[in-house]
Amino acid sequence: MKRIINYPEAIREALEQETASDPSVIIFGQGVDDPKAILGTTKGFVEKFGTHRIFDTPLSEDSMTGVAIGAALSGLRPIHTHIRMDFMLLAMNQIINMAAKMHYMYGGAFFIPIVIRAMIGKSWGQGAQHSQSTYPLFMNIPGIKIVAPSTPYDAKGCLIQSIRDNNPVIYVEHRLLYYQKGHVPAQSYSVPFGRARILTKGDDITLVGISQMAVECLRAHKYLKEVGIEAEVIDPVSLYPLDIETIEKSVLKTRRLIVVDNAWITCGAGSEIISRIFEGKNHNKNIMVYRMGFAFVPCPTTPTLEKHFYPDAKKIASRAYQMLHPKRKPWVPTSSLQREEIEFKGPF
Amino acid sequence: MTQEPLKRNLEKNNMKDSALIKKFYRSLYRIRRTEEEIARIYPTDKIKSPIHLSIGQEAISVGVCEALRQGDVVFGTYRGHAMYLAKGGDLMSMIAELYGKITGCSKGKGGSMHLNDKKKGVMGTSAIVGTTIPHAVGYAYGLKYKKSESIVVSFFGDGAVDEGAFHESMNFAALKSLPVLFICENNFYAIHSHHLKRHHSDNICQRVRTYGMPAERIEDSDIFKINESAKKYLKHVRDGNGPAFLECMTCRWKEHVGPNDDFHLGYRNEEEVSYWKKNDQLLRLGNLLNASFLSRVESEIEQEIKDAFKFAEKSVFPDGTELTKNVFKD
Repeated sequence: MKRIINYPEAIREALEQETASDPSVIIFGQGVDDPKAILGTTKGFVEKFGTHRIFDTPLSEDSMTGVAIGAALSGLRPIHTHIRMDFMLLAMNQIINMAAKMHYMYGGAFFIPIVIRAMIGKSWGQGAQHSQSTYPLFMNIPGIKIVAPSTPYDAKGCLIQSIRDNNPVIYVEHRLLYYQKGHVPAQSYSVPFGRARILTKGDDITLVGISQMAVECLRAHKYLKEVGIEAEVIDPVSLYPLDIETIEKSVLKTRRLIVVDNAWITCGAGSEIISRIFEGKNHNKNIMVYRMGFAFVPCPTTPTLEKHFYPDAKKIASRAYQMLHPKRKPWVPTSSLQREEIEFKGPF
Repeated sequence: MTQEPLKRNLEKNNMKDSALIKKFYRSLYRIRRTEEEIARIYPTDKIKSPIHLSIGQEAISVGVCEALRQGDVVFGTYRGHAMYLAKGGDLMSMIAELYGKITGCSKGKGGSMHLNDKKKGVMGTSAIVGTTIPHAVGYAYGLKYKKSESIVVSFFGDGAVDEGAFHESMNFAALKSLPVLFICENNFYAIHSHHLKRHHSDNICQRVRTYGMPAERIEDSDIFKINESAKKYLKHVRDGNGPAFLECMTCRWKEHVGPNDDFHLGYRNEEEVSYWKKNDQLLRLGNLLNASFLSRVESEIEQEIKDAFKFAEKSVFPDGTELTKNVFKD
């Protein structure tokens, strides 16, 4: 029988196994040692590994990122945790000016094996400063790897890979993915970066969903099935390096592509993926493309506005239907799928 | 400052101190002459990178680095030539780096502002003010974690004191009682902005003490005082008492960036700098040493500098294939 656990349990297992097997791993960030233990992902670690390896930090995101870099220079493999990705913006100097560049600007003399865990909030009034998803900013910077797994299996495997990688890795965790359950082997394993996952096979349209939007795309896939449309849902898993080949192969088959970004779409991952598809050897093919993502406004707190802010399965399905049947009347799924996940009720 | 009292004081300890004086002189002379040579070559445009000369500030790097042990490491700033050389950084790969050559310490990808020599414990210099301070603290965390006896020295200027990273780093270093000595090279100016235009009071040490570490200021850039204080606080740090802080008042003789004087800009006057020129530690030590020693050491160093520039000239530029290398470590 396959072992089923949820997303945060998968994260905890990855952290625990790597910390146990590699004495150079240390974990720090606001709240990693508190009773809530980053939603349980570091629970019991202080008792098991000690306060020198697992510690809370002052609210000094910039310098603590610098401390992670310095510790990495001394031979450690630090994991720095941000309970919201928005807080990581305080560390942009150390991430972009230093971590991303040091291997290069010192001619390869140093390398910076650090992992930055960044959690994206959504729903229950997270609002403008607890909901941001800034991975496109980092995709614009050479020297950083970015991974945003959507399944518990990838959550564990990608985190182990991130810790073992010799470069700065931003590990993006969506808060709503914490309700995802799935098969996760008990033993340690790593998922290599730069390999997209085809979550469902289909010939009619390619849906690329990033982070939690992969789950929305899977739901859209079910709605579309009801009207006879077979969608191929792809989760890129890692955003840098990006597996454009798998997406391209799918698009050449379906000739229709919607990229659902878990962020604003301007200069986003969707823009990047679509540009690379058109720049590829198949640029003269007749391919229809569309980007979906956050409305280009700060995220509002009230649910009546928030529901318009995010793409969701119905909006994705409706847009896909329109792409396949441009001359028909627009269609919106009327049935409501049983939600596989529990809605986030907060407070975190 | 007059030379007389200093001379008398030193003459008293002449036997004990002469080796130290010679060591200091050699290091100061090597840095000064290297930078003068950089300044001389600069107008030819052979140096493909902005340069921030340490001329006038060398005594701090020399006084502190001569107190360090093998295994100790330093982190510094874009005005890093003096620290790099005082810590033993390779002169040839430094000049080659300034020339943008593949034989440079950063393969021509970093320039003057990104010097490093891992073997000698020079862990990098940075163009963004204050950015290497937390690196020094993090490295110190690693040393403590590994129960190492080595320690870290973090060099930065008075401009860095304005940065949040400075205060965050002081707090964390003291909180975790980390083995790091902070050296603030206070040359009064962040580019052209006087520190009293940027700070409420002239009280950096006072502020630092509140974070929970001893702090001391050396007013006159006296290399012996710097060395003695460094030794005292290095012992404090090495004995496991947590971080310490030294503020060393100094003067940048040249412009902020580039090889020239900058009195024409009017933000400071020549008198201000001439006070420090009279207090030049290189000159001072030279007066204490005999002519035969000076001529031997100076000619050795002149040859070394000549060789380093020749090496840089002869080295090749990186070819195009180098562009995409070293973005990621395998």
